[in-house]
Amino acid sequence: MAIPKVCGIETEYGIQVLHGDPNPIAASSVLINAYAHDVARQQTGWDFEDEAPGNDARGFAREGSMPPQVETHLVNTVLTNGARYYVDHAHPEFSTPECRDALECVRYDRAGELILTRSMEAADLAVHDGSQLVVYKNNSDGKGNSYGAHENYLMDRAAPFTRIVAGVTPHFVTRQIFAGAGKVGAETAVHDGTHVDFQLSQRAEFFEEQVGLETTLKRPIVNTRDEPHADPHRYRRLHVIVGDANLAEVATFLKVGTTSLVLAMIEDDISGSRSLALADPVTAMHDVALDRTFTRPLPMEDGSTATALAVQWELFSLARKYADDRGLDCMGDEAVGEEVLKRWEAVLHGLETDPMSLSRQLDWVAKLQLIEAFRERHGLDWDDHRLAAVDLQYHDLRPSRSLFARMDTERLVTEESVVTAVTEPPRGTRAWFRGQCLKRWPAAVVTANWDSLVFDLGTDPLRRVPMMDPLKGTAEHVEELLQACASPSELLDRLSS
Amino acid sequence: MAEREQKKKTTTERADDVVEDVPATSATGEKLKAELDDLLDEIDEVLEDNAEEFVRNYVQKGGE
Repeated sequence: MAIPKVCGIETEYGIQVLHGDPNPIAASSVLINAYAHDVARQQTGWDFEDEAPGNDARGFAREGSMPPQVETHLVNTVLTNGARYYVDHAHPEFSTPECRDALECVRYDRAGELILTRSMEAADLAVHDGSQLVVYKNNSDGKGNSYGAHENYLMDRAAPFTRIVAGVTPHFVTRQIFAGAGKVGAETAVHDGTHVDFQLSQRAEFFEEQVGLETTLKRPIVNTRDEPHADPHRYRRLHVIVGDANLAEVATFLKVGTTSLVLAMIEDDISGSRSLALADPVTAMHDVALDRTFTRPLPMEDGSTATALAVQWELFSLARKYADDRGLDCMGDEAVGEEVLKRWEAVLHGLETDPMSLSRQLDWVAKLQLIEAFRERHGLDWDDHRLAAVDLQYHDLRPSRSLFARMDTERLVTEESVVTAVTEPPRGTRAWFRGQCLKRWPAAVVTANWDSLVFDLGTDPLRRVPMMDPLKGTAEHVEELLQACASPSELLDRLSS
Repeated sequence: MAEREQKKKTTTERADDVVEDVPATSATGEKLKAELDDLLDEIDEVLEDNAEEFVRNYVQKGGE
């Protein structure tokens, strides 16, 4: 049986300094420090002990694979909701805690937006030189520079990586028809010779390989980073770099929910009678982004053709049958799994009949509706700067400027639950233990990372508590124990006895 | 493939049922248009003044 699809999203936000030093690393540090010092009052640092981003899921040696540099001098904090908030390269990055289901993932992704918004407000108060830090939840600057919104899914180590690649590639190429965040124009050479007014995805044109380890150049559709942050003999973490950052909650929900289902089917080795293998996934990915009619035939490996919509219908049908046959335990919460299926079907139907009817559900449709109306009102050509400005400002996180916030998109989680998720960890994963320990004993937890906490009890040596199973350390497992312990030393004594 | 066709047909029928329950689509359309007009008014107000400079100055380093 497929294992529970514990999931999370790491978002690199765009950052711009108005009227000040444009250095994005310094700006990101100011932003996160302002939040950590003034809002969260949280000082626990990140522990790089187990980081190995250069390990390759295909089993390659790390030589020549260019593992990213770990920049330990940059701001790196762990929050009481179990999230990581840090400077990654030249961006502020928020990684949600491990979530049990797609809806919880939406809630923590939204909590991340709120944390970034509060960080901007805190930075405004902390900075007195007339400059302002502005954060955008998007994935490119329109000039050929892209930054990621990565998803992570817990997988069974027993599923062969080659099967994962084959099974998930058709989904990654075609899910952009509902998960894309939309973009005016093009910014790489892949569409040379074609006039591009609008694309479904911010990221699609940046992908150049089907499979690979890199994330910053020659980006692959399936990323092979093999860094499970868990027991490597039992688990794999599929690191997904192919997606856009979504603002529309339904789009985030579907992105994570449908991918969880497709991965569960791969673990259980479910496939339909028709092969969904694409002849050229990279070109297909670029082409799907340009096709707003979903009628473009994509060449398949077996010589036939299929549209992106047909591939999605096929995956949906398989998932529907899979759920009927085997249940939806893998989705964390069965009701959430059913909601994913219901909305997946509704969105595919909407795309087939009247895509613009989905402007309350999907980012690219909401943005396109706005752009088209704005273009019509002012009589603008597609290459007018004002359209690029509307595109950019759609993603602005300042409530006073955000265009997305002015659209009446459908909400799946309440504002109240998002506010709670800013400080409270999810109850159903090890994030609960991490968050609760940070909340109760902030001074004693010296560092934390995904799979361990390090305590300083004032006596040598420091004590590391490993958390190698993302499904342990939940409220159900340890709430009683934590409540019974008056101090961290008592907790560690009881854990080791 | 046959299964998919069947499924799609069911979906369409079901969606048609739902549509029948929602009358006065043209009124809904007008309401939507009015809302969109209000939204555009607001966007004209909050959109960064110098769009060209705003867009040009937004330069990011690649990440990930």
